[in-house]
Parts: sequence; structure tokens; C-alpha cells
Amino acid sequence: MNTKNIENIIALSKELRWQIGDDFHDNLSESIYADASKIVEGSVKKNQQKNKFRLDAKIDKIVTSKIWGFPIMIFLLAVILWVTIIGANYPSSMIASLLLDTIHPLLKSGATSIQMPWWLSGFLIDGVYLSIAWVIAVMLPPMAIFFPLFTLLEDFGYLPRVAFNMDYLFKKSGAHGKQALTMSMGFGCNAAGVIATRIIDSPRERLIAIITNNFSLCNGRWPTQILLATIFVGAVVPSSYSSLASLSAVIGIAVLGIFFMFFFSWGLSRTILKGEVSTFNLELPPYRPPVFWKTIYTSLIDRTLIVLWRAIVFAAPAGAIIWLISNIFIGDESIAALLVHSLDGFGFLLGLNGVILLAYIVAIPANEIVIPTILMLTVMVTGISGGVGAGVMFELDSVTATGVILKAGGWTLLTAINVMLFSLLHNPCSTTIYTIYEETKSVKWTIVATVLPVIAGFVVTFLVAQAWRIFF
Amino acid sequence: MEEQSKAACETCALYNADGLKKLGVHTDGFDFVIALAGNPNTGKSTVFNALTGLRQHTGNWPGKTVTRAEGAFEYNAQKFKLIDLPGTYSLLSTSEDEEVARNFLLFGKPTVTVIVVDASRLERNLNLVLQILEITENAILCLNLIDEARRNQIEIDTRILSKDLGIPVIATSARFKEGIPELVKTISELANQKIKCKPRKIKNIPPNIEKAVQELSASIEKEYPTISNSRWLSFRLLEGDNQIIEGLKTGEFI
Repeated sequence: MNTKNIENIIALSKELRWQIGDDFHDNLSESIYADASKIVEGSVKKNQQKNKFRLDAKIDKIVTSKIWGFPIMIFLLAVILWVTIIGANYPSSMIASLLLDTIHPLLKSGATSIQMPWWLSGFLIDGVYLSIAWVIAVMLPPMAIFFPLFTLLEDFGYLPRVAFNMDYLFKKSGAHGKQALTMSMGFGCNAAGVIATRIIDSPRERLIAIITNNFSLCNGRWPTQILLATIFVGAVVPSSYSSLASLSAVIGIAVLGIFFMFFFSWGLSRTILKGEVSTFNLELPPYRPPVFWKTIYTSLIDRTLIVLWRAIVFAAPAGAIIWLISNIFIGDESIAALLVHSLDGFGFLLGLNGVILLAYIVAIPANEIVIPTILMLTVMVTGISGGVGAGVMFELDSVTATGVILKAGGWTLLTAINVMLFSLLHNPCSTTIYTIYEETKSVKWTIVATVLPVIAGFVVTFLVAQAWRIFF
Repeated sequence: MEEQSKAACETCALYNADGLKKLGVHTDGFDFVIALAGNPNTGKSTVFNALTGLRQHTGNWPGKTVTRAEGAFEYNAQKFKLIDLPGTYSLLSTSEDEEVARNFLLFGKPTVTVIVVDASRLERNLNLVLQILEITENAILCLNLIDEARRNQIEIDTRILSKDLGIPVIATSARFKEGIPELVKTISELANQKIKCKPRKIKNIPPNIEKAVQELSASIEKEYPTISNSRWLSFRLLEGDNQIIEGLKTGEFI
């Protein structure tokens, strides 16, 4: 190879480029289109007028209409959540009674019979095993219902319509319309949502989408919302309305998340991520009836099990840590109790308490284990009997029992509402943080994406707590 | 090849081409590299799954595949590695997903490129097809979603289309495993050079550009006599594509 010749070729290309002028790109594209239409003329025959496209257009007219677009979106979300809430109850308690009431005692007695030291059996069985069992019992049923339903909607072709509906709002907030798609992915899993931002070409808009993805309530947080809404919000209205009230509260939180997503997109695009909004063509694909069973099967294998596995991997060490900090004593108090007491003051300001804050620190790897951690720490600090003992993450069979423990821990309606808010507005889980770093390759943006939601959470819960204490 | 117990479906000729063995993610020790290219939302991932037996998630929205997925299958004792490229409308602009697809076709040198198109939207899809045919010699047009086209009463004469494009055309409905055996067979025949392609080159280019392209590709061919896509390289050089300029210096795509 001769370097000089190559240089000559490049020089020649520069000269020719100058000669043929600016229209090169357009001319080439036009030639291609002309070619394409000629080829199609010879080989494609269209009979009649395509009636299916007309049906598609009719559906689109309704689901993307100015009046019905948003109500239909909320309605579909409500249906999916409703089915998830109702449907997940029974399998959840069945799995719980199997893993926690049957297998756990067996393991314990097995450990005693082989004379395993108490600290080892405590660490392994009460720490590691129980946390895994809890995550499976609480996570598997809602995920096994939520993901397939979501996937069916996706395969049908609804997501691009969501993007279409919200495009105007995204443009207003200075973000990319395709962020609607990555936001929707975030409702399943924020890490997946962050990866999906690759479809956004402009680096500025992609960063906005990455930083604000955490405001999509992810699958690890839905169960927390549902549980707290059922116990506390459902209880303040007459019982015939209680499930409606809980459902509205959960949807309210999800919608609030979307609001914060727009708010921060708007803020970012006007401060540190200034720039033009890029235009793009969004293709509305034809509606395709999903291949039902295949979709169910793939979404179970592909999404549910993968997310569940991740939760288990993180729950095991977290369970171990909880057991350790609850069983290692400094003076008269365990490390966990010391931490809880030192966080109590700050927690009060936010309408939360030390237990909740500590739980959120312990549960950074997986949002799924927040509630069990809170229950365990509450029992330990208040000294009430309910669980199996110090440092053991447990699941209470009935929602009512969970409520009793939380109320004994000093919870009020305000605490519940602020935990729901804080669950929406706090740092992403460690997997998402890592994914953000992988995608941005920037420590700075990773920190921004991690800290921004926590600050929002502090501010919002603080304001709510102060207002609440003034008015009630 | 060792005998494996198979479900009734998997041994049926309608389901599988004879001798097709889906290898999932085991992509080592392959004989050929096959690229899957096409517009977004034409069912590339579904074709990918049908060939490899993998269950990569597919969704009905453009831009589902953002990462390059790899899988493999075995056919007549030869191993084929399959690369599912991100869907793009064109290879002429500079966005990142297009770059991934373009660079792989150019530098990854797949033995065969399967171009997946939506049969109901053939004309629009041909834009990308014609561009890919400038880059690569061995290509197959996979006329996917043919069931939808039929339902929309669109008839496509695959023989005329194949003659016009100079490459084999296979009608498939990957969701229902229709046409997959034929696709596998054609991939294998093309990879083993049992059939030859004579891909169509873009016509109707304005004379002044055509002249510039000819002059430039002649000088490229002088330096790299074995090169087959000097015309495409000329297009890119005229566009001022820095990656191609770099590639020309290093000779990476030879």
C-alpha cells in the first residue's frame, strides 16, 4: 500500500466534492428513491384499497386523539395495575407459606440437628435464605402478571402511540420525543430503560432521558406502593371504596413520577443541558395481534426471570448485612439500633423515621427489599413481637399484620404517604447506577443521576411533612 | 452430529429445514458470518430468533434492538454465526445506530447479508436495500411479514423482484415460522457459492455525480485492485465520511 496514493485519492475526493456541490446527498437519495419506485412498479401488485390500514387509522384516530389519548393511557395503566394487584395476592401468600412457614423451620431444625453454630445458621438461614425467599414471594407473582401484560401491549404496537401522544410535552420540556419509549421501559426496570435510551441520537437529549428515567416507577417499587396504599390509604375511606382509593393512590404516584420526569427534563434542558430539540420521524407501526402464548412465555423467560434473578443476587448479601448489623453490638445497642437512632431526627423532619432511612441505605442494591427491611428494623427497635427475631427479614402473611407492626413503629398516614413519595423519589438501585455509568462513561453524570432524585425526595417529603403538621 | 431427542414439531419438515440445528448463543468455531440488516420494526429479531432458537425479546416498536445481538445455527454440519444489527432506515447519515450497521457491513465483512424488509412497505424499505447492495455482493432479500401483506391484498412477484435486484428473494413470515427453511437453505447455498449474486447498483444518478464517482472509484481500484465496493466508498468519500477516510489509510476493509 502506498500512503502517497491514498493521500492522492483523498485529495481527489475533496476536489470532486467541491465540484459536484452541496446537492450530492440529496441527489443520491433521489436516485435511490427513483430506483426503488421503478422496482416496485414491476413486481408489486396492490389489489383494491388496503382495508387493514384503514382499520389501523381508525384505531389511531381514537388512541392518539387530543381528547381520548391521555384518558386511554391512564385507563390501560389502571387495568394492568388492577389485574396485577388482584391477581398477585393469592400466589404471593401461597409462595410465602411454602418458603417461609414450611421450608424455613425445616432448615432451622436441620441446622440444629447437625449442630451448626447459632451465628452461622442465623447468618445463612435467617439472613441470606429468608431475604431470598421474601423477594421471591413478593416479587415473582406481580412480575409474572405485570410483565406479560405490558409485553402484550407492546407487541400490539401501543408504545409508539404513547410516544406520539406525549411528543408535544417532551418537546415543550426540551427533551426528545423518543424518551416516551425509554420512560415506558423504565416502568418495568430502570436499568433496561437506561439502555433503551440508545435509540436517542442526540447526546444531550439522551443524557436527559438517562437522568430522568428513575422517575418511572420501576417494578421493584410497585409492590411497595401497592402495599402501603392498601394498608394506609385504603383504610381512610369506607371499605367499599378502599380498593379504588388504593388504586388511585398508586396511579397518582406513577403520574406524579411522570410529572417530575417532565419537570426535571425541562429544568435540565434550560440549565446544564441546554440545546435545540431535535426533530425525528416516528413511525407508527401497524397494529399486530400478539401471538398470545408465545408472548407470555417469552416475557416470562426474558424479563421476569432475569429481573427476579437480579433481585435474588442482591437480596442475599443485603439479608446477610441486615442480620450482621442487627446482631453485632457496640455497648448495649446493636449497630442497626445505633444507626436508626442517629437517623431519627433527620427522618422526623422528612415525615419519615430512622428505620425507613436506614432501610433505604441497606436496600440500595434492590428496591424490592425495602419493605422487609423496614419491618425487620421496626420490630427490633420497638421490641414488639411479630417476627422471628433480631435481624430476620420476614414476610407477614396478612396485610393487616404488616399494618399492625408499622403502626406500632409509630407510622401514621403521613409516614405512609411520605414513604410512597420517597420510594418514587430516591436514588436509583445500584444496578441502574452501574448501567448509567456504563452508558455515559462519565462519573459526573452518574453522580447527577444518582443524587438529583434523592434531593427531590428530601425536598418533597420535607414540604409535605411541614404542610401536614400545620394543617392536621 | 449427535442425535438428540426432538419434539414432534421440531422434526417436521415444515418447521425446520433438514439438518438445521439451533445453537443459541454458542457462536464459537463458526464457518460463516451472516448479518441481519433491515429497517426498524420489520421483524429482524423475530427472524433472528427463528434461526437461532434464541428468545431475544421482540417488540412492536421501531428501535427495539439497540445492541448487536449474536447467535448461531448449524446447517449441514456447517456453523453459521448470525449478527442482528440495529434497524436503520438508511446508511447515509451519521447517527450512531446507523454507524453500527454500516461499519459492520463494511468492516465486519459478513459472508452473507440477509436484508429483512416489511413486505407491505417494500418501496420504502428498498431505500436501504439498494444502499446495502452497493456495499456487499452476497445478499438475500427476506420479504418478511408476508402474511400481513397478503391480508392487505398486496401481491409481490418474488421472481421479478429477484431478477431486478440480482439477489435471491425469500418470502417469510417469521412469526409463524413460514419460509424459514427456504431462507436457511438459501443462506447456505450462497455461503457455499452454489448460487451467485449480481446485485443491482443504484441507477439514475445525475451525470456529473456519476462521472465523479467513476473517477474516484477508478483511482481506488487502482490502489486496491481486489475491492468490490469502490463505488460505495466513493459515495462516502464524496460525503466526507471520516471513518472511511481513516479506513482507506489503514486498508481495514480489504
